[in-house]
Amino acid sequence: MEELNALFHGFSVALTPFNLMLMFIGIILGVIIGVLPGLGGANGVAILLPLTFTMPPTSAIIMLSCIYWGALFGGAITSILFNIPGEPWSVATTFDGYPMAQQGRAGEALTGAFTSSFVGALVAVLMFTFLAPLIANFALQFGPPEFFAVYLLTFCSFVGTGKGNPFKIIASMMLGFAMAAVGIDIVTGQLRLTFGFTELLSGFHFLVAVIGLFGIGEILLSMEEGLSFSGHGAKINPTIVLQTWAKLPRYWATSIRSCFIGCWMGIIPGGATPASFMSYGVARQMSREGAKFGTGQLEGVIAPETAAHAAGTSALLPMITLGIPGSPTAAVLLGGLMIWGLQPGPLLFVEQKDFVWGLIASMYLGNIAGLIVVLTMVPLFAAILRVPFPIIAPVIVVICAIGAYTVKNNMLDVWMIVVFGMMGYVFKKLDYPLAPMVLALVLGDAAESSFRQAMLIAQGDLTVFWSKWLVGSLTTLALVLLFWPFISAAMARLRARAPATR
Amino acid sequence: MPAPLFSPGRGVCSRPVFLAFTGAAAEMENNNESAHRAVRIVTMDVVVAALIFALGALVVYESNRLGSGWDENGPQAGYFPYYTGLLVCISGAVVFVQGLFKLKSEVKVFVRQDQFRQVLVILLPSAAYVLGVQLIGIYVPSAVFIGLFMKIAGKYSWLRSVLVGLSVSVIAFLLFEVWFKIPLPKGPFEKLIGY
Repeated sequence: MEELNALFHGFSVALTPFNLMLMFIGIILGVIIGVLPGLGGANGVAILLPLTFTMPPTSAIIMLSCIYWGALFGGAITSILFNIPGEPWSVATTFDGYPMAQQGRAGEALTGAFTSSFVGALVAVLMFTFLAPLIANFALQFGPPEFFAVYLLTFCSFVGTGKGNPFKIIASMMLGFAMAAVGIDIVTGQLRLTFGFTELLSGFHFLVAVIGLFGIGEILLSMEEGLSFSGHGAKINPTIVLQTWAKLPRYWATSIRSCFIGCWMGIIPGGATPASFMSYGVARQMSREGAKFGTGQLEGVIAPETAAHAAGTSALLPMITLGIPGSPTAAVLLGGLMIWGLQPGPLLFVEQKDFVWGLIASMYLGNIAGLIVVLTMVPLFAAILRVPFPIIAPVIVVICAIGAYTVKNNMLDVWMIVVFGMMGYVFKKLDYPLAPMVLALVLGDAAESSFRQAMLIAQGDLTVFWSKWLVGSLTTLALVLLFWPFISAAMARLRARAPATR
Repeated sequence: MPAPLFSPGRGVCSRPVFLAFTGAAAEMENNNESAHRAVRIVTMDVVVAALIFALGALVVYESNRLGSGWDENGPQAGYFPYYTGLLVCISGAVVFVQGLFKLKSEVKVFVRQDQFRQVLVILLPSAAYVLGVQLIGIYVPSAVFIGLFMKIAGKYSWLRSVLVGLSVSVIAFLLFEVWFKIPLPKGPFEKLIGY
């Protein structure tokens, strides 16, 4: 019950008129970001971060997390109306959402998507409310070896859960770590990897990388297609909303399953995208109308959206409790926390009660606000999507340049977004995942210092990572995940060979 | 190396498709317009893997210079980067070799000439824009960049192009310099109006 008291205190923190206003502004900005090409959740939040520097931290995080919710909602709009997934996790939403729009049922699909997103997020927030303090409490006993094991687990799970070439995942991740090492070494004070360039003294800031990789990179990719939007109009009126809501309870089983998948996968980094695909796949197998999936089934919209939102919300759980973000957007939020002088991690729950519980309360309120905003303003957002690309493209480049400059007031960063943009373009086309690189860039220093401390304690003995049951099981799990692509490939080969030899 | 043109039917079911989305889309387009020259994915893969390997080697070299072992104070500055660099090298090398094996058989397209030209249409002006920002501050180049891009690439009328370019710049100016007091790069023009 202690949590409930704290939560109500959080509501009293979050429920000021100023914060409520920020919530709505955040949601609207977030949806616009989610809808526009080249402005995803991660770099949208990165660009808007400087605008929050003058606010008190609680208000700032409320606004930023609302931008995040908005971007999550916004991804569904482009998927359903334009068959263009605004975010990777809304790819699965296009499978049934776009056919529904083609059949003139866009309103129904959107209502279904928004409502199930809301349900998914709500369940995840509930889990968050009761689980987060427990995890934080638990994590208070962590020493450097445990922290490094958690970092290891985070990065290995990219390899274990990622689709595609594991070596490309590792390459991308390790490049991130290498970039994180550029600049002054905190422990010895030596310059590392600067090669005599004084501009590199402070290293690469991950916000600059995010803006370049995701923002400029996405623009370059979109330019290639020449980009001719052909979207479907959407009308949402109260009748459609009520009719759809009346249908939704029928799919309660799918909802519960998807929530469960989403919450579970969200805690694992990069989880929202696999969660949405997995949830879609499971729903197709379990549903009585599974064969009709892909032709415009409401259930096929509900499943991925619920899971994606549940995962997107639970991605904040490891970010707040352990200081380890579960997604690039969560990483940007984490960067924000550090800029405001808050050190994410278990101590946050002890030292910054107002902040943490204000944030949790704002998750409830933000999602309610989000549902209201998206249901009432869909036509406006769809109209934004129709702004022709020759206008959008240079405007986004300008926004990215401003965003990059405000990170450190450094002109080199503006040049860097062009370089990172080209890198993002090439990497995306070659299927190098960008999320591990960004997370490595964010967590590089923390991971390195925990590794060094652990090594100092153990005098260079690597068995320290198996010295206690907790750290040992984390490390073992991490290694299993790291080698999972090889293990599963070997198992598949064995299984394929077995019938042949018989 | 001249990239082979795509002949429809080849390579479609050659192997499980990693890039379920981008790959499929690229192949579909390829069927329609095979008249353009193109760079294959696998060529690019090998080149990028070599670059990644080189970067990794650079990191390893630098870490070695800094000291990648222990001294009396514990791990040296290059201790952690040494291993990250090593892993970059290894993964780059593996991707490189994987690419070499597929160099003959793979036909999937990385980018076609006409697509690449489209990419340059935004990339080169963006680079010019950044140069402009470096020289005379951000507000004037922003308006010019947006306006010219709309006029030349988008074929809009001068009036609309100028209007959109100017309004974005003015809004940015009000937002950053006036309301939020976040200084952006400024030049002679901003000095003229007292900022």
